[in-house]
Amino acid sequence: MKNDIVLAGVGGQGILSIAAAIGHAAVSSNLNIKQAEVHGMSQRGGDVQSHLRVSDRPIASDLVPAGGADLIISVEPMEALRYLPMLAPSGWVVTSTTPFVNIPDYPPVEDVLAELRQLKRCVAIDADAIAKEAGSARASNIVMLGAASTFIDIPFERIEEGIRALFGRKGEQVVAMNLKALRAGRAHSEGQR
Amino acid sequence: MSKQLFLGDEAIAQGAIDGGLSGIYAYPGTPSTEIMEYVQGSKQAAERDIHRQWSSNEKTAMEAALGMSYAGKRSMVCFKHVGLNVAADSFVNAAVTGVNGGVVVVSADDPSMHSSQNEQDSRFYAKFAMIPILEPSNQQEAYDMMYTAFELSERVNTPVMLRITTRMAHSRAGVEPRPTKEQRVVSLPEDPRQFVLLPAIARRNYRKLLAMQDVMVDASERSPFNSYTDGPKRSMGIIATGIAHNYLMENFADGQCPYPVLKVSQYPLPRKLVERLYAECDSIMVLEEGAPVVEELIRGYMNNGKPVHGRLDGTLPRDGELNPNLVAAALGSPRAEGGPVPSVVKMRPPSLCQGCGHRDVYEALNKALEPYGTGRVFADIGCYTLGALPPFNAINSCVDMGASITMAKGAADAGLQPAVAVIGDSTFTHSGMTGLLDAVNEGASITVIISDNSTTGMTGGQQSSATGRIIDICKGIGVDPDHIKVITPLKKNLDENVRTIADELKHTGVSVIIPQRECIQTASRKAKAAAKTE
Repeated sequence: MKNDIVLAGVGGQGILSIAAAIGHAAVSSNLNIKQAEVHGMSQRGGDVQSHLRVSDRPIASDLVPAGGADLIISVEPMEALRYLPMLAPSGWVVTSTTPFVNIPDYPPVEDVLAELRQLKRCVAIDADAIAKEAGSARASNIVMLGAASTFIDIPFERIEEGIRALFGRKGEQVVAMNLKALRAGRAHSEGQR
Repeated sequence: MSKQLFLGDEAIAQGAIDGGLSGIYAYPGTPSTEIMEYVQGSKQAAERDIHRQWSSNEKTAMEAALGMSYAGKRSMVCFKHVGLNVAADSFVNAAVTGVNGGVVVVSADDPSMHSSQNEQDSRFYAKFAMIPILEPSNQQEAYDMMYTAFELSERVNTPVMLRITTRMAHSRAGVEPRPTKEQRVVSLPEDPRQFVLLPAIARRNYRKLLAMQDVMVDASERSPFNSYTDGPKRSMGIIATGIAHNYLMENFADGQCPYPVLKVSQYPLPRKLVERLYAECDSIMVLEEGAPVVEELIRGYMNNGKPVHGRLDGTLPRDGELNPNLVAAALGSPRAEGGPVPSVVKMRPPSLCQGCGHRDVYEALNKALEPYGTGRVFADIGCYTLGALPPFNAINSCVDMGASITMAKGAADAGLQPAVAVIGDSTFTHSGMTGLLDAVNEGASITVIISDNSTTGMTGGQQSSATGRIIDICKGIGVDPDHIKVITPLKKNLDENVRTIADELKHTGVSVIIPQRECIQTASRKAKAAAKTE
């Protein structure tokens, strides 16, 4: 198996937590992984991306080749579109529809969503609303991970374990809430692949 | 031991600890910062009492590491590529003094300038100083190199450079650690004058360094990090250095490249292997992250040998990072990219955090400068450099650490009045203090704003070396205490702050204004930690 994933969002939105949970799941499944992160200046509210590659064979490049991504996971709708050159013809886009508006010329949300609707393989969900329902608006990144998990070839139980590893230190309540968010997200994409 | 998921920076840090490290010295800078942070967070490092405090700047870090080497122990220095400019004096001379305990200098380059003002290639510096370079292609190799680099340094009697780039530093992969080595004990150099670079001794040491070059080439030729893989297509031989090797292999399923490939991860270049590739192939392709360092060597000034392809003949772009697609195109089989970016997508540059004190500083400064017009603010390296972007458009320079004060002085010398410097607290103690001394000595008419957020913010909130002492430092340097003004950059103080700045802009002589308010990132982190312990 091979999953080449591009994670997208705005600095501070928690894409590295998504990557860490998948990374944990991949390692515990004895898969190879390479994950290129962005640190530094962009983290100050700029667009950020992380490349995550999971494979049962050795992985050469830390970067996903442009046109080779099997999956784009975005926690922000305009940011999902920014990485379309990365997407393989058969690749999926899984994105939140909640805009993060921190620039004066952010386009009308309806225009962004219209672009997303034109994509053949796209799951666009209101992650913030789903997260709120699950118990915490802050878990919308985990909702996105749940929605994306349908397209990741790692057993879902391993990803659940990844969530436990990620939030274990914060107590059982936080773990339970994030697992709820994860499953709620997954329910929105199950069967679409 | 089991595999651990490490950032490249973390692999280097753990490799150093396991390799017998006694002290790490560093100044924060993307993408190198996480090396020191890992050692600071390591229980093992604490148990082994490894020195792990930030230094005031890269030069003091390099010198302290050399001092630890003099005393017989193994030390490392970490900084970003431009930090090597600051450390260059001691770095170059350390190759002439030689070492006692091993010294490794980690220089983290940033091709494509993700978080930097240039993309200089640190390999030039190592070549200039005539010392070996290790350039890992993956996280395991980064660990293994660091694990053995101290011995290499001790064997060739010079510091060794570990050169990484952003992708190596900030990419995570599985790493298998090895058993931890003992630290060395304090032991003075055999020759008590080894480190005394008086001309007579320096000449002798320099000849030793020159004689050592053959030993370094020999070490490269035997290095497990360099390898020659033959291939059936001899029309081209490929030299791929560091992570460029990954981008090459990405383009061949199961790692079967039809061309002969020389992977270089240890320098000076392994001469015999290069000669073999050149002899057996009709042309040479050089793939390297950064500047065409190797390509220039192979090609030569006259370029009258076999065809050499790379960044110099346009086969690859002359600037910027490599990636699998660029290398595929260079090999003549471009990959198809996905769809275009829709026009609805707008740029999203980084910006100062909401609630950040630097915002209030710029708002007040812009107002105070309204009577004079724009074009007179010299800024520096840090979060506040983002004041260059809308809505502030507040600064006119950002060159190197500390340059704000000295450039403002030079402009004032030329007659620009008022001339303003904006510098952060950590940058001020890094390289701003000496410039302020110049200004005080000459009574230059400049207004220096030291925007003090009590941290090194842009790199994630590391300790700032003179928190709480900025005012005393300015007094000690000789700034007139009547013209040292401390303000609190908050919205509610805007009018008062504008007045204070406006008054000092009129002053003939050096004024220092110190807006003090903690970085909101570190403040909120502290508040969270405090809430947890309650």
